[in-house]
Amino acid sequence: MNRRQFFKLCAAGAATSAISALGLMSEKAYAAVREFKLISAKETRNNCCYCSVGCGLLMYSKGSNGKNAEQTIFHIEGDADHPVNRGALCPKGAGLVDYVNSPNRLKYPEYRAPGSNEWTRISWDDAFQRIARLLKNDRDANLIEKNSAGTTVNRWLSTGMMTSSAMPNEGGYITQKFARALGLVAIDTIARN
Amino acid sequence: MTNHWIDIKNSNVIIIMGGNAAEAHPVGFGWVTEAMQHNNAKLVVVDPRFTRSAAVADYYAPLRSGTDIAFLLGVIRYLIETKQVNYDYVKAYTNAGYIVREDFSFNEGLFSGFNEETDSYDKESWYYELDEEGHAKIDPGFENPRCVWNLMKQHVDRYDFETVSNITGTPIADYEVVCQQIGSTHTHDRAATFMYALGWTHHTKGAQNIRSMAMVQLLLGNIGVLGGGVNALRGHSNVQGATDMGLLCQSLPGYLKLPSDKDTDLKTYLKHNTPIALRPDQTNYWQNYPKFFISQMKSYWGDNATAANDFGYDWVPKWDKQYDFTKHLDMAYHGEVNGYIIQGVNAINSMPNRNKVLKALSNLKYMVVLDALATETATFWQNADGFNEVNPAEIMTEVFRLPTTCFAEEEGSIVNSGRWMQWHWKGANPPGEAKPDAEILSGVLMEMRKLYKQEGGKLPEPLNAISWDYHNPLAPHAEEVARELNGKDLLTNRQISSFAELKDDGSTASACWIYAGSWTEEGNLMARRDNHDPSGKGVTPGWAFAWPANRRVLYNRASCDLNGKPWDPKRTIVEWVDGKWHGIDVGDFNMKLTPQQSAGPFIMQPEGVGRFFALKLLAEGPFPEHYEPMESPIGVNPLHKVTSNPAVRMLPGVKETLGSHKDFPYVATTYCVTEHFNFWSTHARLAAISMPETFVEMDEMLAAEKGIANGDWVTVSSKRGSIQTKALVTKRLQPLKVNGQLVHTIGLPRHGSHNALTRKSYSCNVLTTEVGDANTQVPEFKAFLVNIAKAEGI
Repeated sequence: MNRRQFFKLCAAGAATSAISALGLMSEKAYAAVREFKLISAKETRNNCCYCSVGCGLLMYSKGSNGKNAEQTIFHIEGDADHPVNRGALCPKGAGLVDYVNSPNRLKYPEYRAPGSNEWTRISWDDAFQRIARLLKNDRDANLIEKNSAGTTVNRWLSTGMMTSSAMPNEGGYITQKFARALGLVAIDTIARN
Repeated sequence: MTNHWIDIKNSNVIIIMGGNAAEAHPVGFGWVTEAMQHNNAKLVVVDPRFTRSAAVADYYAPLRSGTDIAFLLGVIRYLIETKQVNYDYVKAYTNAGYIVREDFSFNEGLFSGFNEETDSYDKESWYYELDEEGHAKIDPGFENPRCVWNLMKQHVDRYDFETVSNITGTPIADYEVVCQQIGSTHTHDRAATFMYALGWTHHTKGAQNIRSMAMVQLLLGNIGVLGGGVNALRGHSNVQGATDMGLLCQSLPGYLKLPSDKDTDLKTYLKHNTPIALRPDQTNYWQNYPKFFISQMKSYWGDNATAANDFGYDWVPKWDKQYDFTKHLDMAYHGEVNGYIIQGVNAINSMPNRNKVLKALSNLKYMVVLDALATETATFWQNADGFNEVNPAEIMTEVFRLPTTCFAEEEGSIVNSGRWMQWHWKGANPPGEAKPDAEILSGVLMEMRKLYKQEGGKLPEPLNAISWDYHNPLAPHAEEVARELNGKDLLTNRQISSFAELKDDGSTASACWIYAGSWTEEGNLMARRDNHDPSGKGVTPGWAFAWPANRRVLYNRASCDLNGKPWDPKRTIVEWVDGKWHGIDVGDFNMKLTPQQSAGPFIMQPEGVGRFFALKLLAEGPFPEHYEPMESPIGVNPLHKVTSNPAVRMLPGVKETLGSHKDFPYVATTYCVTEHFNFWSTHARLAAISMPETFVEMDEMLAAEKGIANGDWVTVSSKRGSIQTKALVTKRLQPLKVNGQLVHTIGLPRHGSHNALTRKSYSCNVLTTEVGDANTQVPEFKAFLVNIAKAEGI
């Protein structure tokens, strides 16, 4: 029996015993216990994003993710089947749903002009175009194709990249390919600090 | 980790030093208490502070921050002197009997080859004596005075109890107990594990801290066995994966090297990186380097990588210097950098010497921030009185702030400390218009391709050649990339199942050879969720995928003797029975070989054994040596005239930012509290409520001297800046007697933010120094000097 089946059984058992206690077994039931709130939720497996113990998570969301039914996560708990955390989470992990739904999450691309004291919202296309222009101008001006000994080195030092240690490997590899294709060598991950 | 989290339950002695697992890795720490309750294990904690790990330990010993090497070399001396050494293991599986060159020496704090003008070593003499065939010479009886065993014995001889205690401040009685506990695991039927984290890496000799411990573990025969190992408790959830992905200034995925200017062509590069065996009949696994690299180039450049163009070798950028964070921010500080892409890093709070970082970022022409949260870095140009004092009108940096998904809104794999690649699934859409990092970078790259096509420009070839043949080049799927990481046979188009299938002729592609086997023709092995533990030893081969090759305990050949018999039958991982290898884990050797053929368990080394003597691999010497932190509270090295690590990189102008113990008499160290993950969880309401602000922790004697009461506002200053915060006066810190004086340590939590849901608070990197480890350049966040005073008028 998995965890979900266990919940269903418990809820069904509670309903049945409540009904029999009232002597209404063969009659139509007018009252029912409130359904356990996770039963109707969608359960998704994930791992904690904070430290490297890699605790298993179960994330619960409402909504089918169809049109007009946005999925939203309302509860996160430890995965009892996970061999390392066995259902447990630390104080940080226990509050993960507050990170996912933090009021400080960024929602739109924004731009701050030189000397300005504010953000202005821009579109993704606008962001990509402007960033590509800035990167290209700097790369064209500063890419070093050969060193003083005449060796091909193709490095670009006037732009650097700091890379995330929480994104998945797949994003990491895309980052690696992006950076090296451009000629970046000043790339570093927060692993160092 | 050589081992993994659950394996801690198999330990007999657990030493937490350079970390605080109970607080920073609380759920992993559950396996420590499991070992204490069910395996009668003893927990030993060595830390400047009486941490939450110490609170449940059997034995606690304080030490002065930055003196771990003295502590551990003293342990080595004790083990040798009391003969608490696993001699069978040491003789069979280490380089103790290897003979070192005649010209190698160590005198008055310096190894042979030091150049006082360049502050660096010529490492020529740090090597074995070789015979005519190029093999290392050995004296199996350890009688040759030049063999590693005798040189090591001589090297550690200075670290007697009194000397160690004088440097570390650890009371001798406490120290002796720790030595005894560690020594008790030299027998075949006992194992010790060391758990460490940033408490060891955040030093100017961090790599040597860890090496000292690895030497202890080799002496005790504790590597490659259940319950043993060298176990780094890594930081972020995928810091292991980010390192595997080579997101470092001198790396490529799978621990391959980014070529340097010295690697003038492919042939030279491969020659520099493909070792020749130093002993007969060794596996010498890195001999396969060309297969791994060429397959990686096939993954990078696809059909554009051919034998005729050296598989795209020229397109890979070459380094001439180490451009790590510190170096590159120093360049930005001096106006030599125009742009930065900052992905998921709150640089202004986490890089050392905040005032310098602020100036460096202000010098940029443009900055692109990819983050899920509104960090202080993206708004470094906004004034925040007392925390970030700037005039926005004077900062001419163009800044883009791009919203990313968080873990819950994307799928992919992350790697935990135990090298488990765990696949995760998307549970919701991101807020607003947020996108995964891969989509954002793809969007920028595609726009750049357009521009190069329209108007030409410098070297467009690599940009166009980089393989981006995803179903939607603007939105690569995690599944597609994961398959690419694993690799395939290009002739049959089938996913490979092992790195043993890789070729150096361009007929295979694999982005990261150590990930081979994670997504095979069988499907996504990282998504497996079978928690079955058939042996009861915590080995769960059906849960996710552990790189390499789904191996759970590295170097496990060392758990058996030369004949393939387990040293301890109760800890069998693999064994040779009836002419075959059997085991509960994937062998870390070719399981088709006989025990005698596979007797070199450290297969990544060209001599197949563990190294007490590290040859030329580290910057400051083949043996660890105690040096004071760059800012020393005693100002001298009690051992010799070389005060601090002689091989550190000192960028011009940085020396002037170091303070003296006369002006800044107290040692400061940084740490994490259990409620917060740096300045990340400070944006989560529950965590912000449970720990709403920062503080400075100090001992009662120092507080009394300074007239500071618990909760008072204080000013803490270093040569680099000062902060104001509240005092937390505790018994957890105690002054230590060091070299005839009392040394006080103060503690600074790292979670200070001024732009989160917590109360506005200082960030401790205002105070920290940028001088880093001589090998890794990790800044010395754990031992620097400050002064402290009661703040008036607040």
